[in-house]
Amino acid sequence: MLGPIFETLIGGLLTGVLYSLVALGFVLIFKASGVFNFAQGAMVLFAALSLARLSEVMPFLAALALTVLIMIALAYAIEFLVLRHLVNQEGIILFMATLGVAYFLDGFGQTIWGSDIYKIDLGLPKNPVFILESVFAGGLLIDPSELIAAVICAVLVAVLAVFFQFTRVGRALRAVADDHQAAQSVGIPLDHIWLMVWAVAGIVALVAGMMWGAKLGVQFSLALVALKALPVLILGGFTSIPGAIVGGLIIGAGEKLAEVLLGPVLIRWFDLAGGGIENWFAYMLALMFLLFRPQGLFGEKIIERV
Amino acid sequence: MFYREAGHYKTSYAADQAIFPLRLDRWFVIAVVAFAFLGMPVIATQYVYTEVLIPVLILSIAAIGLNLLTGYCGQVSLGTGGFMAVGAYAAYNLALRLPETNLILVFLFAGVMAMLVGILFGLPSLRIKGFYLAVATLAAQFFLEWLFARVKWFTNYAPSGSVAVGRIELFGIPIDTPQKRYLLVLAIVVVLTLAAKNLVRGRIGRMWMAMRDMDIAAEIIGIRPLHAKLSAFAVSSFYIGIAGALWGFFRLGSWEPLAFDINRSFQVLFMIIIGGLGSILGSFLGAAFIVLVPIFLNQLPHWIGIPVSTATISHIEFMVFGVMIVLFLIAEPQGLARLWAIGKEKLRIWPFPY
Repeated sequence: MLGPIFETLIGGLLTGVLYSLVALGFVLIFKASGVFNFAQGAMVLFAALSLARLSEVMPFLAALALTVLIMIALAYAIEFLVLRHLVNQEGIILFMATLGVAYFLDGFGQTIWGSDIYKIDLGLPKNPVFILESVFAGGLLIDPSELIAAVICAVLVAVLAVFFQFTRVGRALRAVADDHQAAQSVGIPLDHIWLMVWAVAGIVALVAGMMWGAKLGVQFSLALVALKALPVLILGGFTSIPGAIVGGLIIGAGEKLAEVLLGPVLIRWFDLAGGGIENWFAYMLALMFLLFRPQGLFGEKIIERV
Repeated sequence: MFYREAGHYKTSYAADQAIFPLRLDRWFVIAVVAFAFLGMPVIATQYVYTEVLIPVLILSIAAIGLNLLTGYCGQVSLGTGGFMAVGAYAAYNLALRLPETNLILVFLFAGVMAMLVGILFGLPSLRIKGFYLAVATLAAQFFLEWLFARVKWFTNYAPSGSVAVGRIELFGIPIDTPQKRYLLVLAIVVVLTLAAKNLVRGRIGRMWMAMRDMDIAAEIIGIRPLHAKLSAFAVSSFYIGIAGALWGFFRLGSWEPLAFDINRSFQVLFMIIIGGLGSILGSFLGAAFIVLVPIFLNQLPHWIGIPVSTATISHIEFMVFGVMIVLFLIAEPQGLARLWAIGKEKLRIWPFPY
């Protein structure tokens, strides 16, 4: 009995890592500019589409490099065309602007790259392997590509942490995150910093798109998967990188366990036409959580003054 | 010259508090409503009814509903589609299970059910705000969508999961032609708009606006956040629920939960951004705009003679919407309603220079 549950748990945790990857992009931008970037999901889709289509015509590494350039160009375009004109607007206006950006990117990506399902082949082993056969009868079934995704995610987080903590740019980023005006007054150029953050978020989106794309195929639904990063953010707190990771793990494991354990119970009780509670479980979990800790697990305490 | 505030002498409190204190405004509104009731049936074709007029009117109700919540009370909601679904399925089930119920009661029931669900999902707004609340309303959206797709009772155990409304009649008159549907929807729109307009300029509306502008300050001057926020959620969901029921009954006829997915939520949100946050007129302008742009885009390739596949058109539609949202936020954050107000300003002196 315990074996399958552990298997679900591990599968969920590994999916959670992928959620964290998307959430990481959100956190980076929110920390540095206070913009709640709804377009992160669209950026994931766009990056994955670019990579998938480019790698059809050129070697994978060249396509990857080109996609990185595309994402940097995209960051520049967003900063130059949208954000620059919306400085000093309320957060909610900026949020809606990124909603517009998300719509544009969804349409734009599919217009130039096509809207079929494309494949990204990372050359990862596809066949599930069994581990810990000595502990559980029959062992646990896991997908090695998800394990590799988890490793990549860990490396990415480590790199970002070092980048934020020890480089000159990273220090400037943290200064901007703390206080825009103070940062500006000591001579940190805000627009460069924002460009930098959006570019980094774009590259994080590319990594996320790559992993999701390899798992599910590159298609429009990737943008919807990215919506799942929102409850992750709520759970972890909008401003916390460790929060995004822990939140992702909780949501990933929680929704898979709920599907397996709670799903059949609900179906029996309410005579449902199938389960699928993982569609909303993450949101409900986050909602319940918010009622007790409005700032999330690791978020800064919200202090309000008139 | 033609449009001015001067020369209107108000001699009673009633005149002072009229919805449209200016004679010209009053006539204009009366003329528009009269034209909608009498003139439109003469010129409109079947296509115009089903593709333009009815969708615009119904979505206007939803936009007004969301505007009350987001534009007036400042609570961003991404759950509009879910609340519309509540209205649609509530109306369907009442009409199905108690077929003798008057149609007006059916729609009221839809509104009330959506209102109850709205209050329930509005409860978190007392603890959280802003983006956090937006994500919390996403929970409503996904949960409700799932609920109507999975719980068989709501769809009357239909194997396909889609439901269809039967004969619709009001006081014995069958509502079967697009024209009758249009007139009925129009009548409902007029009543609801009047109610909304009065609501927002009274005590309740001011309470909401105070909440929107700064909630802590509002609390300190004695506005109870519980009352303000939950009443906004209640009234907003009531409108959205009725819009959902009308959408199901008069626009779709038969539908499945997918008709009320998250894109519907975004569509209505775009309407109020483009139309103007915190404006009843803006809700109408935004709804008309959002409904007409795709129709226009679909016709455009025919007119200029370039063959474009429908898939590409739907992608271009996404792009156009995205660009327009950003453009409006940059150029005119108060939306089309603000353009209308600027136009009126200009009319005060036109055609003279000053």
